[in-house]
Amino acid sequence: MSAPETTDDGFPTLRCLAPDGTPVGDVEVGLDEEGLRALLRWMILARRLDRECMALQRQGELTVYPPFEGQEAAQVGSAAALGPRDMVFPSFRELAAAIVRGVDAVEYLQYHRGTWHGGPYDPLATGFAPICVPVATQLVHAVGWALGAKLDGSDACALAYFGDGAASEGDFHEAANLAAVFRAPVILFCQNNGWAISVPSRAQFAAPIAARAPGYGMPGVRVDGNDVLAVYRATRQAVERARAGDGPSLIEALTYRIGPHTTADDPTRYRDEAEVERWRALDPIVRYRRFLEAVGVADAGFAAACEAEAEAWVGTVRAELVALGAPPASEVFDHVFAEPPATLRRQREEALGGA
Amino acid sequence: MSARTLEAGAAGHGAEPRGKRTEAGEATYLIAIAEALWEEMERDERVFLLGEDIGVYGGAFKVTEGFLERFGPERVMDTPIAEETITGIAIGAAMEGFRPVAEFQYADFMSSGFDMITTALGRYHYRSGVPLPVVLRGPSGGGVRASSFHSFNPEPWFAHSPGLKVICPAFPTDAKGLLKSAIRDDNPVIFLEHKWIYRRIKEVVPEDPDFLVPIGRARVVREGSDVSIVSYGMLVHWALEAAEQLEGRGISAEIVDLRTIQPLDTETVLRSVEKTSRVLVLYESHRFLGVGAEVAAQIAEEAFEHLDAPVMRLAPPNVPIPFSPTLEDAYLPQVPDIVAAVERLAAW
Repeated sequence: MSAPETTDDGFPTLRCLAPDGTPVGDVEVGLDEEGLRALLRWMILARRLDRECMALQRQGELTVYPPFEGQEAAQVGSAAALGPRDMVFPSFRELAAAIVRGVDAVEYLQYHRGTWHGGPYDPLATGFAPICVPVATQLVHAVGWALGAKLDGSDACALAYFGDGAASEGDFHEAANLAAVFRAPVILFCQNNGWAISVPSRAQFAAPIAARAPGYGMPGVRVDGNDVLAVYRATRQAVERARAGDGPSLIEALTYRIGPHTTADDPTRYRDEAEVERWRALDPIVRYRRFLEAVGVADAGFAAACEAEAEAWVGTVRAELVALGAPPASEVFDHVFAEPPATLRRQREEALGGA
Repeated sequence: MSARTLEAGAAGHGAEPRGKRTEAGEATYLIAIAEALWEEMERDERVFLLGEDIGVYGGAFKVTEGFLERFGPERVMDTPIAEETITGIAIGAAMEGFRPVAEFQYADFMSSGFDMITTALGRYHYRSGVPLPVVLRGPSGGGVRASSFHSFNPEPWFAHSPGLKVICPAFPTDAKGLLKSAIRDDNPVIFLEHKWIYRRIKEVVPEDPDFLVPIGRARVVREGSDVSIVSYGMLVHWALEAAEQLEGRGISAEIVDLRTIQPLDTETVLRSVEKTSRVLVLYESHRFLGVGAEVAAQIAEEAFEHLDAPVMRLAPPNVPIPFSPTLEDAYLPQVPDIVAAVERLAAW
C-alpha cells in the first residue's frame, strides 16, 4: 500500500490537521491570519491552474503536462516557508511551488507548450531554478548552490524538490551525503506521491525515505503531505536550521498524485480507482479550508473569492499562452553558449545563410 | 624513444613533488597548470577548487600541492568519491556566483559524471540563460602504461555534446594560458590535460598574471611545405619527432596543434592544407568518430580543390586501451607510423 493511512511502520508522521480539518497537533505554526489565508489562496489558485493546464494539453495547446493535483499542500506549504533570497531547485511537477515563488505562469508553461527550452523566466531573479527533467540531478545542484551561499556568508538556503522515484537514483545518495558532510544549508524535500509512473512506493523502497536521513547525518522528518500546516511547520524548521548554520534536512511529504504521471500516461493501467478515491477523500484543500473556517480565520466568502480570482487568472494565462507564437527557426542556434563560438556561428551560417 | 619508456609513478598517485621552474624560467606542463590555477585564485576570490584528494594530498598528480595551505579548505575542497556530485555542485555553486574548477583525478572518471556533464552542465544556459563558468579538468590520454581505466581520451564525447568547450593543450605555455582563459570564460569548459606531457615537456612560460591564450585558436607549431600534420595533445610531440626524421629524408612537414577541440579552429587547418595540399590527421581518441574524423570531414568539404592526396587519418583502433606495454604501443600511432604515413602522402 502506498496510502498515508498505512504509516503504521513505527516511523512518526508529523500532522497538524486530521483529514476532516480537526486539529490533531499544534496548529500554531508562526503565521498570522493573513499568512494562513494565503496558503489557502495559493492552493486554490494552483489547483485551478493545474486543471486548466490539463485542459490546455487535451486541446492541443500544451505538448505535455505533468499534473500535480493532490500535491498542492506539499508544494504550497513548503514554498511558502522560504524567503525571497532562498533558491528552489524543482523537478518538473512543481508549478504550484513556482507560482508561490512569483514565477510567471505563462513563462513557466512555455516549456510545456514547447516554445522554449526551460521557461524563459529568470531563475536567479525568481529564486526558482529551471524545470529539471533529468531525475534527481537537481538535488546536487541545490547542494552546490547552498555551499556557495554558505561560502558567501549568506543565510539563504536552497530547497530541492524530488519525487519518490528520484530517491532511488544515485544522485540522491551523493547529494544527501555531501550536503551533510559540508553542512550545506539545503532542504531535500521529497514529495512521495506513491507512484514512480507505474511503480508503487512499496516496490521502490522498503523503509521510509525520511528514515534514511540519520544515516547521512541529518534530521529526517516524515510529514502528512496533504496537511499544509504540517508541511509548512516541517519546512520552516528545516529553513531555520539551515539559516543557523546547522546544515541540511530531509523531509518526506506523504501525498498522492491524483492524476496521471503526465498527460502521456494512463494510470488506469496500473492502479485501482479505489485507491485514487481514498486519496480524494484526503483532499488537502478541503481539509485546510474546513480548518480555517472552523477557527474563523476565513469564511466561505474568502474561498469563493479565491476561486473567482483563480477563474479570472487562468483565463488570462490561457489567453497569453495561446497567443504565443512559435519561435523563429533561427533560434535553434541561440543560447547554447553565453557567447556563440566559431563552430556554432559557422553551422548557423551554413543553415541560415547569415540570417 | 627514451621518453616513452616505462616510468615509475607516471600514472600518478606518486609522492613526487610537483617541482619548480628552472632558473632559466622553464616550467613543466604540470607547473604551468598549477600556476594558472594559483594566479586565477589570487586574482578572483570567486574561483575555488574541488575534487578528490586535492587538499592535503595535493592531487594525484600534485597539481594542487601547496594550495590548501595558501587558500584554505573552503577554496580547496576535498570531496568524497562522487563525480556526478562534483559536477553537480560546481553547477550549483556557479549559479550562486562562483567560478568552480573541479579536478577529476583521471579524465576517465568523467564517465561517472557523464549525465551531469552532458545533460545538465552543457544544456543549462540553453534552457535558462544562466551562464555557468565551470571548468572540469583532469589528466587524459595514454602512453604511460596506466591501463584502460587511466588512459582514456574523452574529448570526442564532450566535443560532441552541445554547450561545452573542450581544450587539449600540448605545451606548458598553452596549458597555462588556456586554463586561465577557461577559468575566465562564462561557459563550461572541459580542460583535458595529458598525463604523458605533465613532467616530460618544459619550456619558458610567461609569468605575467594576465597572460592568456585564446580558446578556439589552433597554432602552427612547426612550419613546413610538403605535408600538414593536424594533431593535438601528446601526439603533437610525437609528430614533432617524426618531422625531424622526415626532414632528414627530404620531406618538410608542417604541424598544426589544434589546442582547442571545441570550438575547432577550422581556418588555421585549412590555411595549412592550402599551403601543403597533403594532410595527415593524427589523433589519440579512437579512430571511428574520433576528433580527427570531424577534422578530416571538414577538410574534405572545404579544401577539396587544394588536395593532391586523400585526407589520411592515423589514430588508435576502436578497442579499449591495453595495459600491456606491447599492446599499448600497437594501439597508439608510433613515430615510425607517423613517418610512414607522411611518406605515403608525400609520394602520392
